[in-house]
Amino acid sequence: MTFVNLLVDPLVNYGFMRVGIVTAAVVGVTCAVLSCLLVVRGQALLGDAISHAVLFGVVLGYLVGGEVGIPVGALIVAIGSGMAIVYVTRHAPFKADTAMGVVFTVMFALGLALFAVFQPRNIDVFHVLFGNILGVRVSDLVFTAVIGVIVVVVLVGAMRAFTFWSFDPDGAAASGMRTGAMEYLFTALLSAAIVGALRTVGIILVVALLIIPGAAAAFVTIRLATMMLVASVIGIGSGVGGLYVSYYANVPSGAAIVLFAGAVFVLMLLFSPRGIIRRRQVVLQDDRGQL
Amino acid sequence: MTENVLTLDAVSMFYRSLPALKDVSLTLTAPGRVGIIGPNGSGKSTLLRCLVGVVRPTAGSVTFNGVDVRRCRGVFAYLPQRATVDWEHPVRVRDVVTMGRYPHRRAFSRLTATDHDAIDEALIKVGLDALADTRVGELSGGQQQRMFLARALAQQASVLVLDEPYAALDQASVAIMERELDAAAVNGALVVIVSHDLSALVSRFDTVVLLANRIVATGEPGRIVTPELLATVYGWSAQPTKPER
Repeated sequence: MTFVNLLVDPLVNYGFMRVGIVTAAVVGVTCAVLSCLLVVRGQALLGDAISHAVLFGVVLGYLVGGEVGIPVGALIVAIGSGMAIVYVTRHAPFKADTAMGVVFTVMFALGLALFAVFQPRNIDVFHVLFGNILGVRVSDLVFTAVIGVIVVVVLVGAMRAFTFWSFDPDGAAASGMRTGAMEYLFTALLSAAIVGALRTVGIILVVALLIIPGAAAAFVTIRLATMMLVASVIGIGSGVGGLYVSYYANVPSGAAIVLFAGAVFVLMLLFSPRGIIRRRQVVLQDDRGQL
Repeated sequence: MTENVLTLDAVSMFYRSLPALKDVSLTLTAPGRVGIIGPNGSGKSTLLRCLVGVVRPTAGSVTFNGVDVRRCRGVFAYLPQRATVDWEHPVRVRDVVTMGRYPHRRAFSRLTATDHDAIDEALIKVGLDALADTRVGELSGGQQQRMFLARALAQQASVLVLDEPYAALDQASVAIMERELDAAAVNGALVVIVSHDLSALVSRFDTVVLLANRIVATGEPGRIVTPELLATVYGWSAQPTKPER
């Protein structure tokens, strides 16, 4: 069996692998682009906060509208929670992490309570939390892809504005940019992306895809645009590579995807130009230069 | 040329119950150079943030030619205190200067030759053209401050607002900044600088505002920077010739 066979056979033999791999790639890119802005803004855990609220949205959506209601409910609750976090942060006498802590724990508790009371038979909490790539249908892929396209088009299209806003929000506001609106827009896009990743990696592990690609890309780039590009490659690579790992090693897909991304991060941390080993060499050279 | 007027009308700003600014009314007319001085905690930075529309005052209004400053686009260039910026951010010097052109362009449109000319010209003026492709975190403090000035120049802003621009700056950078700010004022801009450093003020400004959460005095530097007036806000030991630290 050749290497090509290893890559192609699962796709030829199983429809769920074809759909799954495309979905994983879409999720990878969408989250990667967002992760760059989250990393540079020092907001890495905002995704974590919003994702926890999604369980409530899933249960609520199912109770109201059945299967079809799940993505709708998740989307509404995710975006609502995101808006709430931004609003509380902007209007309360404390910092964002406090606002996040309040909103996401309350929403997560609501989700668990609602689930316990109604015990909807068609919802597997394990799948919501950790994803279930086997359950991804073409309709889910379309849903995820629409969200992905919106996120990428807005963030890349208005890259200049988002660069200014993330680097110097006060300067951006002074020059006439509507930074408040941008913050709400960015958070809404983030919320939508989390819901888009629900089936693939689940709401716990999506947090990794919203941090690791951007963090890994930061080691090798000095511009936001290139950072997004590198992060996207890492995101796609992790989605696709992780799924193969999942297939052959019989590891849950969400876990495999995140582990793949984590491995890329460790490689960057060690071997990239701004990584640990290169820095050590520079320090050693400096020491020698002084002798 | 129409006369540009920046007006603060009975502006107050409260953080919870503490007043940072109390009933501040001020009319600043372009062109000119205005220095706002006062000790730490006198509301200087808050005043600047109200002035450029970053925050909305608790009471009162701030208008530019009669329009609420929060709705002005491209009018103000704000140079933040260097300490408040994350220098790990993945942007190059040129990217930051380019930000000055954003107010002139819609979000999804491309930059034009006019934009690129303005950016190159601004980089040359502040002496950073050779460092245009450098990551901002690798610049010295003086270079970082000059980069922000280049962004303001590229923006061709009507009002330049600087928060403690000379804090821990090398002399060469101060000289470049001063030269370009003077030139901007000559070309019709209103330049507003906040500082707690009194030493250079007398000759540099057309107007000085002495602030202690309210306006203590305002007028020509010669009338304001007097031992008597300074003593009322800085305490009795202050001298106009010594920087207050």
